[in-house]
Amino acid sequence: MSSRRDFMGMALGGFTALGGIGALMAMKKTWDPLPSVKSAGFTTIDLNDYKENELVTEKWRGKPIFVLKQSKELMAKTTDETKKRLIEINGDHYMVCVGLCTHLGCIPGYNPETEDFLCACHGGMYDATAMVTKAPPPRGLDIPPFRIDGTKLVLGETGPEYEKMLADGTTLKV
Amino acid sequence: MAHFEKANSIGEWLDQRIGIETLKKVMQSEYWIPKNINFLWAMGMVLAATFGILLVSGIFLLMYYNPSVDLAFDSVNYTIMTEVGYGWLWRHVHGVGASLVFLIIYIHMFTGIYYGSYKRGRELIWLSGMLLFVLFSAEAFSGYMLPWGQMSYWAGMVITNLFSGGSLHADGFVEWIRGDYVPAQAFLSRFFMLHVLLMPLLIIGGIVFHFGTLRLPHVNNQDGEEVDFAESARLWKEGTTESRRESKVIPFSPVFLSKDVFVMGVYFILFFYLVFYHFEFAMDPVNFDPADGLKTPAHIYPEWYFLWSYEILRPFSTNLGLIAFAIAQVIFFTLPFMDRSPNVAPANRRGLFHFWFWAMLADMLVLTFMGKLPPEGIWSQIGLVAAITFFILWIALPIITKIEKKL
Repeated sequence: MSSRRDFMGMALGGFTALGGIGALMAMKKTWDPLPSVKSAGFTTIDLNDYKENELVTEKWRGKPIFVLKQSKELMAKTTDETKKRLIEINGDHYMVCVGLCTHLGCIPGYNPETEDFLCACHGGMYDATAMVTKAPPPRGLDIPPFRIDGTKLVLGETGPEYEKMLADGTTLKV
Repeated sequence: MAHFEKANSIGEWLDQRIGIETLKKVMQSEYWIPKNINFLWAMGMVLAATFGILLVSGIFLLMYYNPSVDLAFDSVNYTIMTEVGYGWLWRHVHGVGASLVFLIIYIHMFTGIYYGSYKRGRELIWLSGMLLFVLFSAEAFSGYMLPWGQMSYWAGMVITNLFSGGSLHADGFVEWIRGDYVPAQAFLSRFFMLHVLLMPLLIIGGIVFHFGTLRLPHVNNQDGEEVDFAESARLWKEGTTESRRESKVIPFSPVFLSKDVFVMGVYFILFFYLVFYHFEFAMDPVNFDPADGLKTPAHIYPEWYFLWSYEILRPFSTNLGLIAFAIAQVIFFTLPFMDRSPNVAPANRRGLFHFWFWAMLADMLVLTFMGKLPPEGIWSQIGLVAAITFFILWIALPIITKIEKKL
């Protein structure tokens, strides 16, 4: 500090920088999703409502959610690996996942005859557990966070079954 | 109190107070432009005029546009297009203008590359111009969101998804940009703000800066010749027919500007021909379906002016594609430093650089065409080769310009 003028300059600069950082933080917060958006991020579905091999599209956080109750024939086709992707309630198995292709986010379509998904955008395919069977998608459809509540599923909350799926790499965090 | 004499005219009165005579000299009558130029040198003013038209048409659209996810689509496609008197005119002028402004930007850029107008004192002109290109891109993208049709929504989805950084899975960052889990009200409102306020402000600032960077180095000429501006200006100001013929320069205004206005005249014939008879090229049919987060259009592609960089993203795996895309977005900024040759001359006198110029132009055209086609079979092969060629050309640039013979 060579002079009074330097000190004044440094002090002014320091406080201005501090104020600037504060303003930047406020701006960052202003762009955050609103509390009302966050609290609307939960959807409850009742798994009793679904029929075997009939794809139903629900909506969660503005995204399509595929629910497919697996039939006996479908279960026979699963492997240990793909079975981990299913949610089991009272002996029934359900595929619940975000219906956006993991390649570039298009919505794949389900064909109940061939029991698989085809993404029209770039030709990616998935089986009935939404596991990828044909590239370009890098992985199966992502599974949304869920908590099992009786026969109901609360999407957006994280229950122990979902945590297990995350831990063993069955799905990525959505 | 400063000393003021009584003024004898409004001009003198203003000159005493804000120095308009000096301003006029600096910006117009003594801002010297070389004579040895062609119509490509008019593209700057053509761009300025197009920006003006976008601004005016935008102001009129803004009066009826409604930035709400429930009303936006109808406010454009019903209110503006069918109810507002001449609303269709503003919309078609705005859409066609947004497309043509990029055509002229690309011509303007490649003119600069061809004549070497980006080095030996002109680096800042190039850098500020590239900054304007980025700002115009952001302006175009944010504007594309506003009609809230299917292409708006899904382009918004795909482009904001790019910010998750592939395997980085920065989904929190993507949600921060959107203000929601998917593009929704918060997203539309903030992109509306960006499109009508922040981006135009930055663009206007960028244009002023771009003009400023031009003032001292002056514009280049067809031979890259170093002009003695002081001597040429003296000859012009001498005012005789002889001396003006001998001078290598003309004043920006009114002499050069009158050439600009002629080129603008030709350009606006094309512009309004498109506005009145072929506006549909700037209006994607898919965007006439309202946004629907539960239905993807079969084929998502950007407007034509983003296709070349989109095609660089597409043929690679997710991560590699993102890195290639990011590099392609900024690589043109480095041109003045990648070109190691001191020659300021048209490309046809610069040996290998001549080949480089046409190869780069052709490669970007191929990328553009492939970006529009579905990524299947032979098309994705050609796209991949063109994307790799793009990077090979950039790696080759410092080498071929280093060995270039000094003119």
